[in-house]
Amino acid sequence: MTTLHLNGQTITVDTEGDPPLLWVIRDSAGLKGTKFGCGIGMCGACTVHVDGRAIRSCITPVSAVTDAQITTIEGLDPRGQHPLQKAWTLTQAPQCGYCQSGQIMQAASLLKDFPNPTDQDIDAVMHGNLCRCMAYLRIRKAIKLAATELQRRAQP
Amino acid sequence: MKGLSPLPTSRRGFLIGAAGAGFTLAFARSSLAVADPAATIADTAFEPTIWYQIDRDGAVTVNIIRAEMGQHVGTALARIVADELEADWNSVRLAYVDTDPKWGLMVTGGSWSVSQSFMLFSQAGAAGRITLIEEGAKLLGVGADVCTARSGTVRAGGRSVSYADIVRRGNLTRSYSADDLKKMPVKQPGERRLIGMPTAAIDIPSKTDGSARYGIDVEVPGMVYARPKVPPTRNGSKVVSIDDSAAQGIKGYIKAFALHDPSGTVPGWVMVVADSFVAASRAADAVKVVWTSDDTARVSEKDVLDHARKLIDDPAGGALVVEDKGVDEAFAKAKSTIDKTYTTGSVLHFQLEPVNALALQKDGIWEIHTGNQWQSLILPVLAKALGVGENKVIMRTHLLGGGFGRRLNGDYAVPAALAAKAMGKPVKMLCTRADDMRFDSFRSPSVQRLRMAFDATGKVIGMQHHASAGWPTQVMIPGFMPKGVNGEPYDPFSISGADHWYTVGAQRVRALSNDLANRSFRPGWLRSVGPGWTNWAVESFMDEAARSAGVDAVEFRLRLLDGSGRNAGGALAVGGAHRQAAVLKRAAEKGGWGKEMPKDTGLGIATTFGQERTMPTWVACVARVRVDRSSGIVTLERLTLVVDAGTVVHPDGALAQVEGGALWGASMALHEGTEFLNGQVKDTNLNTYTPLRMGDVPAMEVEFLPSTEGAVGLGEPATTVVAPAIGNAIFAAVGARIRHLPIRPAAVLEALKAPQSA
Repeated sequence: MTTLHLNGQTITVDTEGDPPLLWVIRDSAGLKGTKFGCGIGMCGACTVHVDGRAIRSCITPVSAVTDAQITTIEGLDPRGQHPLQKAWTLTQAPQCGYCQSGQIMQAASLLKDFPNPTDQDIDAVMHGNLCRCMAYLRIRKAIKLAATELQRRAQP
Repeated sequence: MKGLSPLPTSRRGFLIGAAGAGFTLAFARSSLAVADPAATIADTAFEPTIWYQIDRDGAVTVNIIRAEMGQHVGTALARIVADELEADWNSVRLAYVDTDPKWGLMVTGGSWSVSQSFMLFSQAGAAGRITLIEEGAKLLGVGADVCTARSGTVRAGGRSVSYADIVRRGNLTRSYSADDLKKMPVKQPGERRLIGMPTAAIDIPSKTDGSARYGIDVEVPGMVYARPKVPPTRNGSKVVSIDDSAAQGIKGYIKAFALHDPSGTVPGWVMVVADSFVAASRAADAVKVVWTSDDTARVSEKDVLDHARKLIDDPAGGALVVEDKGVDEAFAKAKSTIDKTYTTGSVLHFQLEPVNALALQKDGIWEIHTGNQWQSLILPVLAKALGVGENKVIMRTHLLGGGFGRRLNGDYAVPAALAAKAMGKPVKMLCTRADDMRFDSFRSPSVQRLRMAFDATGKVIGMQHHASAGWPTQVMIPGFMPKGVNGEPYDPFSISGADHWYTVGAQRVRALSNDLANRSFRPGWLRSVGPGWTNWAVESFMDEAARSAGVDAVEFRLRLLDGSGRNAGGALAVGGAHRQAAVLKRAAEKGGWGKEMPKDTGLGIATTFGQERTMPTWVACVARVRVDRSSGIVTLERLTLVVDAGTVVHPDGALAQVEGGALWGASMALHEGTEFLNGQVKDTNLNTYTPLRMGDVPAMEVEFLPSTEGAVGLGEPATTVVAPAIGNAIFAAVGARIRHLPIRPAAVLEALKAPQSA
């Protein structure tokens, strides 16, 4: 048994065999918002934050993150109203929606590094997140909307 | 598709009766049921369909039989009901239903959902509105004729009563005969308040906070996990031995066993079961299985394509889908002809949620939890596999992490059900990505030969289109195949598009089933199906024909889109080829057709009619590409699309479908694609399978032509117009003619070496 810091709580889970973090989140902690897509870190559906940075949970052994703060889509904002989440609804970005938890978590990481991202910044950072419905235009638009909102909030 | 209409409504009445805490409004199957609506609604044996309810708080719940897979179909369908009902949109809820037979045929595909439901849902809403007005008028003490309904309230003069009050205090019991229903005063387009207006899709908020629940997310207490060992061929593999000694040490591993499948859906499958998915997956890697396979283990892409060419070369084979008088004569007397062959390679669905299903038996009923697009297709197969009657199997459909046609074929539910039966407990089967890809019913490779005949004046006097591919409908539901004019059955979804709206004189369309494809893998319906290859051929060929005739590619098409004869249209296709000409002209104008382009940059144009002649969605596209002559790399710079989809119910959802569909088209043209190799697909994950990513997205403009004609489909039509527009743009840019999809740099380099054929 191991303790994990997940969405601000400390939980105890069975980690025998050192499973990928994704399955601990989904099946031990029961948080289903983080998705399984490719299993090799190339689709981004499993993206969560470890100490505030986006990582691919499907290829991250749970043993590597036992001391870290892990945040999933469920923990991004207590009311699910992070500026990115609001922008995703405002732009009607999701189609099937399966990739969107990962997209939003990746975008949250992006906005920390690029508070005012260009299309090129967005394309470069979001390249690893596949949207099979190809809602890319709206994802890009939503990221910019959220950036504007975050900057507005940051002003005194 | 005629045979696929889910609701034979000609003899159907409509009932309103008290049920639970409100009133149910339902279609009834028999006149008997209509006779006493109150008793019928109360009777639990009653089988209503397409019903909605209004409860004592005025909340309207609309039942949705369609699968939600990104098209926001529930929102669009509920808007149709709510508009006629004059409901307050904020009080409308959706209920996604299970597979009780009362719902009739359950299929979500073909871009049919809105088109097929539009009139029925309108009539159902109108019947509700009229009843609420009548009862509201009584409560207000006025005549119904002075009342109006708006936003869930009936008004007369300055007074009003809410739908909630009417439900509480009125008696809404009614029955309307099939004839009453037909005469139901449905709104004129100008009177609509929800249809065609902006709205937010109901399913979206849950897709931003992790709360949306897909098939993969469903669990029940006591379930175990299974991962398959997918055999070396789709058909014809047999398990010789299973060695699980290396799996024994994996904690949580339970057992590995071969499936016995009376339905023949998953021959040679081995299931590896454990108490967690990670353990099942690791154990599956450790379990060694020896199989024997049939000759399909040696079949590859080239064999399938060569076989298609051989079939086409035999003039006797196949189904004649269009066979005008005088085709051979037209070609015999032609002054000139052109003759080109186009091919397409295998394409994988790669829906992001790998296929999965949870199966369990409860109170003698098998429950299958999964995401599925064609429940009615797989339920009988499940019943056969499990050895029970069809009334003992029910499917609960959850959100789909992508459909794109993969989940029309519900074969993945079968191994889960068989494993649950063998284990005597609930089993959740989940494929890894590689399992999912190897098990995919991918888009078959295709070969098409097109010929055109011109007379001495340059007029087109004949056209032939011969197309061969694997046929999903023949493999999975042969009874759905109509017969050609020569009496031979054919898969309509694999040839649609070849029966285009151009007037070309004497026309022949011949569809040939590639039997080698059909037995070597399971061909699938993939977003747009046949038009994905037929439109590639037709629209590339039109470009070549225009150049051979020395006529501008837009002008050449416009001359043929004259709307004469069978191309005049009617019903949902009212306006016929004239509407296709209109989108073509608008796209040319909007896309800068005829403007001078920078070096090695070109514009290409294409136009299509979506899925079927009976339900055409008129689309035209201009693609702008730049070609690097040294590497052969094609950069898609801009896509301009113009669409006439008749009445558009949910404009933003429609736009999203066109945006996504067009990018799918671009992805299949330039980015993704696999090949069949020794009985398997070559690519099994994103390390080598490369769909379009955000950085590949071109500048895009989409315009819908305003229309009040009948609603048609939008899930697929934008997909197929893009590849030929790109191919034609490549030729315009550098003179390289590409006749194979996907377009790879090597093929561009090769075509650049060839002398320009124009």
